[in-house]
Amino acid sequence: MDHLDQLEAQSVYIFREAFARLKKIALLWSLGKDSNVMIWLARKAFFGKMPFPALHVDTGKKFPEMYRFRDHYGKEWDLDLRVEPCPPIDAVDPTLPPAARSAARKTEGLKMALAKYGFDGLIAGIRRDEEATRAKERVFSPRGLEGNWDVRDQPPEFWDHFNASPPQGAHLRIHPILHWTEADIWAYTKRENIPIIPLYLAKDGKRYRSLGDQDITNPVASTASSIDEILIELEQTKVPERAGRALDHETEDAFERLRVAGYL
Amino acid sequence: MNMIVTTASPATPNGTTRPQVRIVIVGHVDHGKSTLVGRLLHETGSLPEGKLEMLKAVSARRGMPFEWSFLLDALQTERDQGITIDTTQIRFRTNSRDIVLIDAPGHAEFLRNMITGASQADGAVLIIDALEGVRDQTRRHGYLLHLLGVKQVAIVVNKMDRVDFSAERFKDISDEISAHLSGLGVTPTAVIPISARDGDGVAMRTDRIGWYKGPTVVEALDGLEPARPLEALALRLPVQAIYKFDDRRIVAGRIESGTLIAGDEIVIMPAGKIAKIKTVESWPVTPVAGRQGAGRSVGITLDRELFLERGDIIAHAGSAPRETRRLRARIFWLHDKPLAKGDQLLVRCGPKESRATVVAIEKAVDPGELSSVENKAIGRNHVGEIDISLSNPIATDPSTENPRTGRLVIEVSGRIAGGGLVLSVDAGQRAMPVDIVPVESALRSDERSARYRHNGAVVWLTGLPASGKSTLAKALERRLFSNGGSPVLLDGDTLRAGLNSDLGFSAADRSENIRRLAEVATHLARNGHIAIVAAISPAREDRATARRIADTAFREIHVATPAEVCEERDPKGHYKKARAGTLASFTGIGNDYEAPQGAELVIDTSTRTVAEAADAIEEMLKTTGVLFDEVVDLAANI
Repeated sequence: MDHLDQLEAQSVYIFREAFARLKKIALLWSLGKDSNVMIWLARKAFFGKMPFPALHVDTGKKFPEMYRFRDHYGKEWDLDLRVEPCPPIDAVDPTLPPAARSAARKTEGLKMALAKYGFDGLIAGIRRDEEATRAKERVFSPRGLEGNWDVRDQPPEFWDHFNASPPQGAHLRIHPILHWTEADIWAYTKRENIPIIPLYLAKDGKRYRSLGDQDITNPVASTASSIDEILIELEQTKVPERAGRALDHETEDAFERLRVAGYL
Repeated sequence: MNMIVTTASPATPNGTTRPQVRIVIVGHVDHGKSTLVGRLLHETGSLPEGKLEMLKAVSARRGMPFEWSFLLDALQTERDQGITIDTTQIRFRTNSRDIVLIDAPGHAEFLRNMITGASQADGAVLIIDALEGVRDQTRRHGYLLHLLGVKQVAIVVNKMDRVDFSAERFKDISDEISAHLSGLGVTPTAVIPISARDGDGVAMRTDRIGWYKGPTVVEALDGLEPARPLEALALRLPVQAIYKFDDRRIVAGRIESGTLIAGDEIVIMPAGKIAKIKTVESWPVTPVAGRQGAGRSVGITLDRELFLERGDIIAHAGSAPRETRRLRARIFWLHDKPLAKGDQLLVRCGPKESRATVVAIEKAVDPGELSSVENKAIGRNHVGEIDISLSNPIATDPSTENPRTGRLVIEVSGRIAGGGLVLSVDAGQRAMPVDIVPVESALRSDERSARYRHNGAVVWLTGLPASGKSTLAKALERRLFSNGGSPVLLDGDTLRAGLNSDLGFSAADRSENIRRLAEVATHLARNGHIAIVAAISPAREDRATARRIADTAFREIHVATPAEVCEERDPKGHYKKARAGTLASFTGIGNDYEAPQGAELVIDTSTRTVAEAADAIEEMLKTTGVLFDEVVDLAANI
C-alpha cells in the first residue's frame, strides 16, 4: 500500500462510519478540488453511488466555471444535489470585517439548510494542513445547537473511534480528508483522473490555489499549468494555500471567530 | 464542456514515496514542547514565508518577547492563556523522512487531547526540563504512550542552558526516566540533551554539549520507522456495514490484520458461521483479483446468504478470534466521574458495540505519582485494570496477539470516556458454553413458503399507546391465519411478563427489550412465519436496530393515530395516570415518541376501520413480496 492508498483507505473508513452511525447526512460540496476528491472517495466507499445528498450552499458569487462544473458533474456522478441559497449580506453580523462577513453568509445559509432538512451530520472537506484552527479539529466534530464549535471542550478521539452521538437538535461535522495535504489532494486527483475546474491551472502567470467567492478570492502568481507542475510548485513554495483568501488576513482571529460560529 | 480530465502518469513528483512518520511530542507542561516544535520547523526550513516575521510583529505589538511556541499557538484562546490546549499537526522533513508532527498539550487538564494526538503517532518525543527533572505529567505521559501502543520513544532533556550544560545533571535525569520507562516495557531509542531555545542538540551538536556523542533530535526522528500494516497476523476484517445498493450484497470493512482473496474460506464471529469469499468488490473497476492486505478498506461478497451484522469479525477458519461475554482490560479513564464497580457502560471494540457492566476493578492508580495508592475506583486521568461483563457476545483478541483488534473504548452518555487494551478474554466463568453451534432447520424456506403461501417477515407496528397497534395486530393475525398462513403475535407487554421480566423502563432496558423482541421475531421470520410485533418502540435508534436484525424481512408500520385521539381512548388508563403523575416513564405525554421516517406503511386508525387498515397492510405485504399474490405465483414456486 502506498501513501495515497493509505489515505484513501482511512477516508473510506470514515465515510462508512458516518453512514452507519448517523441517521441523516449530507456532503458539503463547495465544488473545489477537496470536495471533488471527497465525492470520489464516497463513491469508492459505497461502490459507485454516493448514498446521501450533495449539499451546495450557494452564495451566488462563485465563478461561472464552478457553476458549469456543478451542473455537469452533478448529473454525470448521479448526485442527489441540493442547492441552498444564502441570506442577503444585511442579515449577517456587521461587526465582522468585510471578507469575513461575506464568508459568514455561507454559515447562515448552512444553518438554514440544516433547519430545512434536519441533517444530523455534515461531511466537510477541511484539512489539517490548510489553516491552524482547522488543525485542531476532530474527525467527528460535535457542533452546538447553534452550529457552533466549542474548541475548548472537544471529546477525545482515538483508534478510529468517533463520538457520533450529537445531542438532540445539534449536528456533527465529519471530516474524511482531515489527514490529507494539498499535495496529497493533487497527487490523488491525478492518479484517479478526477476532473478539476480549469481555474486551478495557471493562465497568464496566475492561478487559483483555493476557490471561494469571486469577490474574496484572488489568484496567486504561478506558472503551473498541469497537475504535475502544481505538485512541483507545492514542493518549493512557502506561500500558504489560503494566501488568496482575503478573510484569512483581516485580523488574527477573524477565521477562528467564524469557525466558532459554525463556519467550515 | 471545458472541464479538464487529468491524464494518468505513474510518477508523483511530490515525494509521497518517502516514508511518512507521525510523531507526537509529549511531556510536562512548560518543559518546552512548543518551543522545540518551533525550533524544529525553523531548522528544517519548513516555516511558511512571512510566518516568523508575522509572529515577531504580533509579539512586539503585544509587548512580549518572541517565543517559538507562538507558532503553534495560533488560537486566540491559547495566546490569552499561554498554554497549548489542543493537538495540532505540522509537517516537516528530515533527510529521509516526511514527519507529521502532532503537538500534544502537557497540561493535565487536557489529557484527552494528548491521548487524541498520541494515539495517531508512530513514535514519540518525551521532553523533560533539565532544571525541573521528571514530573508527574512526564510519568503519566510515559505510561499512556505504553497504553496507546507507541513503542518508539526518544527522550529529550531540554533547557540544558539552564543547568550550564551539565553532563551529570543530564545523566541523573536520563537514568531516572529510563528506569521508569523500562518498568513499563518501553526502551527509549535515544536520550538527547538540548536547548530548544538556542538550538543545541536539535539539528546541531554544539560545543556546549560536546560531551554528548549520540544523535541530534533531527537524526533521531530520521531513524524512526513508519507503522507497518499487520499483514503477517491472522485475518481480522471487522464488518462496518452490509450494503445492498444494487443486486450485490456487499460486506464492507477495513482489514485490520492479515490478508484475504476471493475463494478464501472464512468464519464469521461471534456466530461462527462458515462461508466463502465470492468476490472482492471495488469501484470504478470491479471485481478485483489480487490479494488484499491489512489497512485496505474493502467490500466482499459471500457465496451464500448469511445473516451478518455490523461489528461481526470475519476471519479465516482455524484462526478465528475468541468469542466472549467477559474480558479483562487495562484502561485509562478520562471522565469526570470515577469508574466504579457495578457501573454500566457502552463498550466499543472496532465497529462492535455492547452494553457492559464493570464487575471488578484492580490496580487503579494515578500513573503520575511515584508510589501511588491503589483505589477502588479509577479516577479521572488515572489507569487501572477492569473485568467487564458484556450483554452481547463479542469477538476479540488479547492486545498482545493483535494490537488492532485487542483494544476498546468506553462510552458514557454518548461520549468517549476511556479506552485501553484487552489483556485477556474470558476471565472468570463464561455466560455461555464455549462451543455454541446453532442448529439450522432441516426444512428449506421454499418448502415452508409453498405451504403458507408467504415468506417469513417481521411486521413491526409502532405508535403511541392506544393508537391501535394491538387491535390491528390481532386483526392481521386472524386474516393471515384464515388464508392458511402462519402468523405469530408478539406483543410488547406480553413479552415483558416472561422473557423480558428482568427489564425495566430505563432507556437502556427499553433498547434491550426491543432487541430481544426483534431477535425472537427474526427467528420466527427465518423459519417462514410472519411475526407481528406490536410495541410502542418510541426510539428511532431502537427500531433501526430491529431493522438491522431482521434485515430484509423487516416491514415497519407506523400506526399514526393523532395523540389526542389516543389519549381519549386510553383503554388501559395509562394516560390518566401519567397526567396525574403516578406513572413514570410513560411514552405519549410530551414528545418522546420519535416517529418513523421510512416506514413501509402509515396508518391513522382514527380515519379508517380495522378492516380497512388490515386491507392496507395485506396490500403492502403483497407489493413488498411477503404474501404471494394468487395461485399463479404459487404455481411458479413449485
